[in-house]
Amino acid sequence: MSVGFVMIVHTALERAEQVARHWAKHDCPVVIHVDRKVKRRDFNDFVAQLADLGNVKFSQRFSCEWGTWSLVEASQAASELLLKEFPEVRHVYLASGSCLPLRPVQELKDYLAERPMTNFIESVTTEDVPWTVGGLDEERFSLRFPFSWKRRRRLFDWYVAFQRRWKIKRKIPDRLVPHLGSQWWCLTRQTLTAILEDPDRPTYDRYFSRVWIPDESYYQTLVRLYSTNIESRSLTLSKFDFQGKPHIFYDDHMQLLRRSDCFVARKIWPHAEKLYSGFLSDDASIFTGAEPNPAKIDRIFSKAVERRTKGRPGLYMQSRFPNEGWENGMTGAPYAVFEGFSELFEDFEDWLARAVGARVHGHLFAPDGVAYAGGQKVFAGALGDSVDVRDYNPRAFLTNLIWNTRGERQCFQFGPRDNQDISWDIAKDANATISVISGAWAVPLFYSNANFSEIRKEAARLQRIEAKHLDALRSFYAKARVRIWTLADFVENPMEPLQTIIDELGVRPSHRLTEAPRMVSLEGFGQFLQNLKNQGMQPHLMGDFPVSNTLNQPGKRTRKPYLVK
Amino acid sequence: MVVDRTATIKPDDILVLSTLRNERVRLPYFLRYYRNLGVRHFLIVDNASDDGSREYLAAQDDVSLWTASASYKRARFGIDWMNWIARKHAHGHWTLTVDPDEFFVYPFADTRNLRALTDWLDASSIRSFGAMLLDMYPKGTLDAQAYREGQDPFEIAGWFDSGNYMITRNKVFGNLWIQGGPRARAFFADNPARAPALNKIPLVKWHRAYAYISSTHTLLPRGLNLVYDEWGGEKASGVLLHAKFLDTFAHKAEEELARKQHYAASHEYKAYAAKLADNPDLWCKWSEKYINWRQLEILGLMSKGNWA
Repeated sequence: MSVGFVMIVHTALERAEQVARHWAKHDCPVVIHVDRKVKRRDFNDFVAQLADLGNVKFSQRFSCEWGTWSLVEASQAASELLLKEFPEVRHVYLASGSCLPLRPVQELKDYLAERPMTNFIESVTTEDVPWTVGGLDEERFSLRFPFSWKRRRRLFDWYVAFQRRWKIKRKIPDRLVPHLGSQWWCLTRQTLTAILEDPDRPTYDRYFSRVWIPDESYYQTLVRLYSTNIESRSLTLSKFDFQGKPHIFYDDHMQLLRRSDCFVARKIWPHAEKLYSGFLSDDASIFTGAEPNPAKIDRIFSKAVERRTKGRPGLYMQSRFPNEGWENGMTGAPYAVFEGFSELFEDFEDWLARAVGARVHGHLFAPDGVAYAGGQKVFAGALGDSVDVRDYNPRAFLTNLIWNTRGERQCFQFGPRDNQDISWDIAKDANATISVISGAWAVPLFYSNANFSEIRKEAARLQRIEAKHLDALRSFYAKARVRIWTLADFVENPMEPLQTIIDELGVRPSHRLTEAPRMVSLEGFGQFLQNLKNQGMQPHLMGDFPVSNTLNQPGKRTRKPYLVK
Repeated sequence: MVVDRTATIKPDDILVLSTLRNERVRLPYFLRYYRNLGVRHFLIVDNASDDGSREYLAAQDDVSLWTASASYKRARFGIDWMNWIARKHAHGHWTLTVDPDEFFVYPFADTRNLRALTDWLDASSIRSFGAMLLDMYPKGTLDAQAYREGQDPFEIAGWFDSGNYMITRNKVFGNLWIQGGPRARAFFADNPARAPALNKIPLVKWHRAYAYISSTHTLLPRGLNLVYDEWGGEKASGVLLHAKFLDTFAHKAEEELARKQHYAASHEYKAYAAKLADNPDLWCKWSEKYINWRQLEILGLMSKGNWA
């Protein structure tokens, strides 16, 4: 009663020798298949190196190529030899030259001895397989694949397309239900001989020799004919990346591999000296008796796949620069934009900072400077305050700011006086919450000391710019959370919208506002607007502002703010 | 050619390709750093050094040395020499093209040598690997601490800017164009378009048909420039720590300006000279102190991609 190993080897022969020796020394016979592509001299050296071990044999050599039938032929020949030469073998374990045992051989023996009739082979129907690469799953079994995928990709793809086009399909032999799974299995003598000695084997072999990647389906399918005692999982820990290529283990995975409690792992980097010397030692302290638990390892590898396919939202860097629409979030975190608030309230920024505990900047995109919170010259990530640098790439400025302050909510002021290049970007950004008091840009004009003709010109310009910006905010493409009040509506009842804004920012637990920001006096503002009208300009973004000063009086009807999105 | 040891290059050896002028004081640490990473041979072009660099390099067993007397500018800032040498000696080798003040950092650099990286790139059918230039600087004025031969330059220039980089795509060659960092912040704040490019693709499985176009920023064929993912994911990438801003910098800038051998009429060195007169301190309260590659990966300056 014991386990024997079939090893499929093509590179790193010295590592394969180390592992074969390890198993052989612990009374596990090993039959090695060496790829025929390995040079004769290297092969002879390899055989000579292992000549001192009576329970290591070499099987007939085939020239193996990934994805082809040759790999199955190699494992068949080696398995037959193993079963014939070593009659005491009860379980046959298929391994590769880059496999490494993680637990003492005795533990594997005990584990298998307790489950003498169990076949460990991952075997899943095609519908249930999420991991096939290249879009070929059931077609693996219904099309023919005579051309090499590695060497003659064009021909391979053309022939697949040709068969799809003309709906050419192969007949799957009777009794067979296609199953797929990891090519690394451990089968009982009883099951394996049943497969290899089946009178119909020539039929099956002929069929599978034209199946795509048959080493993942030959045994996985046939085992279903002969055994009901199947544990559909591999005893070999083997992780695949998003391209279907196995992940490689290095010295720094030592602890992780230890904790996995798996019996064998692949692929090991041939130069991972610590792994080989560590796991092939006879250190008995690593006996655990535990069930294999690859879940711990799964986590880091699935994270790697996610990083490679989805990346970190809001990050733009040398190896992640998404095309438009593929950013998975233009910025990395929620932020808030306020338009017109610091024009209407004297101390809005300080007040907001006190009320929500976020970082509240001034007009970051102002033409005369970058107004960071607290008047800083440089901000997180060493972002400078140069207007030229900011305007050189405003989107990068914004995405950098949000990326650099992950974990801290950013708020900034914006308005028609600022650089508008960012207008569409914030409108389309789902992370942005934009609150607008439209027309509030007129308040500083009202207070300005300029000639009225200049004021009128400036008012027209700002109104045009803000109208365009509001179009962006209201457009079909806008994903930002947008709230717009006209100045007239807002000043009628400012507390309600302010409360809404604070609640939505949600940085601190919500509470009733006890302190309002100080609104500038708007006495005479209605007349100011009327003067603009009299000069032929139509200020419409402020809403209906009465000429006489009747605002801010109690008991007036309040209108609800409207939510655009 | 001064010393030819290219016959000792073995088929799997990883090579460093470099061109330099008067870098004697930097050389011992530079060579040691890359030997430790697993580089087996250095191919170096000496551009008329007169400070002993040539003699020092000629005495190293793993260095092949060429001297170039022709103009650095006419040789397109050294790139023609390097392409020629790479074509002759680097075909089929993983080749790292770096200046003596550039130090390559990659994911898992503290536990896996360069060979682990190149084996993984081979297995993943990746031919080129990007590493952005990260300008490092000291805290305090540049001349406050003197760099000693053999010293780790980042003991002095241990700080960097973590999040002020700007990226655009070069439509012609398909590569990214990255600007920013302390140079854009301190020397080009009023003219950011002139700020030097920081994107680099220093590690390439060289083929004789490949060529660098401008410094190591851009390669041909174009496919080699695609070291970034366009669909939201992250490809693996590294960083070149740039030890430019040491006490040697002011002298170098003067010398280079006098020689007028640099890119675009040396406007870069003119900008340096103008600011260097004030003896600037590049450090600010948001500067990051360099710890290790994991820090750079968390900050988003480089990525493990799907290498785990």
